[in-house]
Amino acid sequence: MRIRSHVLRMTHRARSSHVGSCLSIADLLAVLYGRVLRLDPRRPDWSERDRFLLSKGHAAAALYAVLAERGFFPARWLETYCQDDSRLAGHITHHGVPGVEVSTGSLGHGLPIGCGMALAGKREGRPCRVFVLLSDGECDEGSTWEAGLFAPHHRLDNLVAIVDYNKIQSLGRVKEVLDLDPLGDKWRAFGWSVREIDGHDYEQIDDALLSVPFEAGRPSCIIAHTVKGKGVSFMENQLAWHYKSPSAEELGQALAELGTAE
Amino acid sequence: MRTAFIRSLIELARSDQRIFLLVGDLGYGVVEPFAQEFSERFVNVGVAEQNLTGIAAGLALSGKIVFTYSIANFPTLRCLEQIRNDVCYHNADVKIVAVGGGVAYGALGVTHHGTEDIAILRALPNMKVLCPADPVEAELATRAIAAAPGPAYLRLGKSGEPRIYRTLPVFEIGKAIEILPGKEVVVLATGSVVRNAIEACQNLAENGIEVGTYSVHTIKPLDQELIARLASQARMIVTVEEHSRLGGLGSAVAEIFTEVPNLRCQLKRIGLPDSFFQAAGSQEFLLSRYLSAAALEESIMESCSLGKGTSLGASAIGS
Repeated sequence: MRIRSHVLRMTHRARSSHVGSCLSIADLLAVLYGRVLRLDPRRPDWSERDRFLLSKGHAAAALYAVLAERGFFPARWLETYCQDDSRLAGHITHHGVPGVEVSTGSLGHGLPIGCGMALAGKREGRPCRVFVLLSDGECDEGSTWEAGLFAPHHRLDNLVAIVDYNKIQSLGRVKEVLDLDPLGDKWRAFGWSVREIDGHDYEQIDDALLSVPFEAGRPSCIIAHTVKGKGVSFMENQLAWHYKSPSAEELGQALAELGTAE
Repeated sequence: MRTAFIRSLIELARSDQRIFLLVGDLGYGVVEPFAQEFSERFVNVGVAEQNLTGIAAGLALSGKIVFTYSIANFPTLRCLEQIRNDVCYHNADVKIVAVGGGVAYGALGVTHHGTEDIAILRALPNMKVLCPADPVEAELATRAIAAAPGPAYLRLGKSGEPRIYRTLPVFEIGKAIEILPGKEVVVLATGSVVRNAIEACQNLAENGIEVGTYSVHTIKPLDQELIARLASQARMIVTVEEHSRLGGLGSAVAEIFTEVPNLRCQLKRIGLPDSFFQAAGSQEFLLSRYLSAAALEESIMESCSLGKGTSLGASAIGS
């Protein structure tokens, strides 16, 4: 809930887009940063850390929020999101922001970089794992599938791809723009070990993320069925909230729904 | 040049465990010795240049020094955004190597002509751009970029280029090498066509026209200090490159001209026209009109007489 209320405040203040994309991954991020990733906020460059790459860089506000909550940087930084002279750009940015591994924003970049990091870990015999969070729209990108071929071939079982399958992309429903179904079968056919979960059910998220790799010698893919705008009734499953930012009134209503209004 | 490159890389990899070589399913007859000796640090990622570059960035961000290798435009333009965002923005230790710079693979057709790469790559922040002239420079450039942290682009010819240097020159990234003396008219050349420029200038010297000649092996960072100094002394500077006249060495030199006050020196940019070749043919054939030793001799001679006795400001004259 704290991630969601941060995101709502940040996008309201900055009048920025992608609030729906942030809300759909809030639960996944909460579990990842709460229980799964081996990280040390005091040593963001610790070489043995797990790597988390937000390949859907437009959901930056959610990651900044969770990093602030985990103590990588002060929560007051969140107030500068998308403002003049801020380090917190509207697409996830590593420069000057502790805890952000890579900058993304153009889709289809995260999984190849993740493959490189996982390969480095394998070659060095380091235990670090690499988690890459992708959007469903991002599965339109050829580079995602280039990496999708590469990881199983090189037996990168220290790599986990999580697809935020909220079924709405930039200009419409995934089914109408460029259908991905059966999405799990596609990843499976490429050689990944796949699990499909409800991306808002903490028990299922926990269970999946804590049991990777699902199979030794194979990369894991978690297809998280999610709802765009999850948690705010009037934002849920609405394309418009890929773009709109909440007005003061809408912010108040949304925070009230979340039970975090001040 | 590609043989000199791989030989140098193997030597470097023996003493530096961080060095990786990634190829996009190309390099037959070139990369095998590296692959055999360092199987754990060699990856053929398949025909997938975007992934190639992303993986290279991921490895580099994990502490490796990663060379990517392919032909002409494949390791550069095909994955340009990965180079910009993943490599350059993160200042990752990725060295992009293209064989077949210019029209080295002329007969294979326009898809295999790397004729805009310098312009495009040098526009990227953090990127270094090196175009060695011969196997000696190729070796020195390989060693230099491996030792210099951050991204670099190494543009090679292919194989069998004759050596320009009898002894090892002093090689430093960003410092051009003087090959022939001469102050009034100076040729700044880059890449394999340096040898054509040398031949042209030697012929001119035999006819009593002294033309200074430099190998500008690094286009970014460009040797600003030298070029500004030459421009303030010479009456004509001629740039020579196997690249479009748009955006390459000539343009980079012109950028310096705009920043030096009160220049009387003129600038002539010789390169390839802003068009695609209409016919296939060998490198020699395709360059014959523009960049052969004979064509260069004629253009430089023309510039010598053109520049004489005039006191015009900096201007770019088409070839």
